[in-house]
Amino acid sequence: MRQISIAGLIALGMTFVIIVRGIDLSVGSLLALCGLVGAVIAKGGLVERFSVGANADLLNPWYWALIGSVGIGLLAGALNGLCITKLRVPAFVVTLGGLSAYRGAALIVSDGGPISGFDDAYRWIGQGKIGEVPIPVIIFLVFIILCHIVLRYTVYGRHIYSVGGNPEAARLAGINTDLIITSTYIITGFFVGLSAFILSARLNSAEAVAGMGYELTVIAAVVVGGTSLFGGTGNILGTIIGAILFGVLQNGLVLLNVSSYIQQIIIGIILILAVAFDRFSKSTRQV
Amino acid sequence: MEQADYIVEMNNIYKSFNGVQALKNVSINLKKNEVVGIVGHNGAGKSTLIKILSGAIRKDSGTILINKSPVDLAGPKVARDLGIETIYQDLALAGNLDVTANFFLGNEKSRYFFLKNNSMREEAKRVLQELKIRIESYTVPVDFLSGGQRQAIAIGRAIYNKAKVLVMDEPTAALGIEETRRVGELINQLKKQDVGIFLISHDIHDVFDFCDRIAILKNGEIVEICRSTDVTKDDVISMIIKGAR
Repeated sequence: MRQISIAGLIALGMTFVIIVRGIDLSVGSLLALCGLVGAVIAKGGLVERFSVGANADLLNPWYWALIGSVGIGLLAGALNGLCITKLRVPAFVVTLGGLSAYRGAALIVSDGGPISGFDDAYRWIGQGKIGEVPIPVIIFLVFIILCHIVLRYTVYGRHIYSVGGNPEAARLAGINTDLIITSTYIITGFFVGLSAFILSARLNSAEAVAGMGYELTVIAAVVVGGTSLFGGTGNILGTIIGAILFGVLQNGLVLLNVSSYIQQIIIGIILILAVAFDRFSKSTRQV
Repeated sequence: MEQADYIVEMNNIYKSFNGVQALKNVSINLKKNEVVGIVGHNGAGKSTLIKILSGAIRKDSGTILINKSPVDLAGPKVARDLGIETIYQDLALAGNLDVTANFFLGNEKSRYFFLKNNSMREEAKRVLQELKIRIESYTVPVDFLSGGQRQAIAIGRAIYNKAKVLVMDEPTAALGIEETRRVGELINQLKKQDVGIFLISHDIHDVFDFCDRIAILKNGEIVEICRSTDVTKDDVISMIIKGAR
C-alpha cells in the first residue's frame, strides 16, 4: 500500500489530464527532478549536497524541501500546460520533450550521484506511521477523497468533463478551455512534487534515476481504471482500483519470482488490452 | 422599414482567413419578433457571419450594434452576456454529459464551487416541459438521445438563458419531418416572446416557412435582403446560384 501511494498520487493527477484528452509522459523524469530539488534544499545548497551521513543535521527543515519539490512540480506542470495550449503543440510531444528535459535537469542537479541522509522529521513523512497506518497512505487517502469531490461535485470538475467530451462545445459555452487544460497539468505537477518528496523521504535518498518508467505504470493504472484515453469519461475510484491492481500485480509477480523483465512485458500487454477494450466497448455502444 | 427597433445591426463587416476574403462589406440587421433567414452556397460566408455575431471568431473590420450601442464581441461569453445565444449545427453539446449538465454548461448553478445538481435538474425539467419537449431520462449522456431531442435541449438552453437574439445554424439539417415541425413551432413560440432570430439554412422550404426576411449571400457578399413575401422560391434559388434574380 505504501508502494501504491507514490504512483497512486501521480495517477490522481493523471486522471484529470486524461479526462481532458491529454497525456503526461514527463511524470517519471519530473519525479526525479522534484525529489532532487527538495533534497538539495534540505542540504542547504548545491555545494553541500553530498555531505552524506545517516542522520546529518540539515540546513533547512523538511517543509522547505517539500515546498521546493512541489514548487518545481507546479512550475513544470504549468510549463507543460502552456506549451500545449498556447504553442498548440500536442500533449504527447510536449511531455515527451519533458520526459527528456526534466531527466537531464535532474542529472545536472545531482551530478549523477544520489543525495542521501536526511533528518528524522524528513524521513518520518516517508517511513512513519500514525497508529498502524503509514503516513504516505494517509496522504494518499486524503487526496483521493479531495480529488473525487472536486471531479464529481464541483463546477470545475463539470468543466473538466465537458472539455474532455467536446472541447468545442465547452469553448462555445464560454468555458476557458485553455485554462482548464493547463490546470490539469499543474495538478499533475503538484502530485509529482508531493510524491517525489515522499519517495525521497521513504528511501532516505534522492537520485536522478528515480521514477524511470513511472509514466507507463501511472498511465496504465489510470486507463485500466476505466478512464478513456479519448477523453470525457473516467473517475478517481477507477484509478484507485487500477493503481491497486498494478501494485498487487507487481508484488505478486515479485513473490512468484517472475523476472522484472517479464513484468515489464506484462504491464505493456495489459495497457494495450485496456485501451483495446475501451475502443471495442465504444464502437459497440454507438449506433 | 422602420429604423426604430433594430436589436442587431451589423455594418460593413469584413473578414478574411489566410488571404481568402470570407466576408466583404456585409451589412445585416434584425428586429425583435422577426426571423431573418440567411441562405447561400457552402462557403458563401453564412457560418462566418454568424460566428462573428456569437463571438466565436472576430471580425477584421466593421461595426456591430446591439440595441443601438456598439459592442465588441470578444468571445462567446461576451455575446452570451449580451443575450445572443447560438445553436450550432453540430449542436455544441458535450455527448458524455447528461441533459442537465448540458443545459447548464458554462452557466452552472453552484454554492461555494459545489454544483447544485438537484436544483439544476428541476429547473431543466421545468423549462423543457414548458416547451413540451419529452425527455425520458435526465441522467443519461446526451449521446444516447435522438437528434431532435438534442436540438430541443439546445433550444431550451437558449430560451432559459433569456436569449434576445437567437442564432440557429441549420437547426433542421439532422431532423425528421415531425421533428422539423416541432422546431418550427418553437421558432414561432420564441417570436411571440420578443426574440429576434437569425436562421441559417440550406432548405429553401424551411426558410420560406419560418422567415420574415431572407438574406442571400454569395462569395462573401450580400446579394439581396428581401421580404419573403416579395419573392418566389425560384428567385431565391437563382440569387443563390447566379447572384441575381
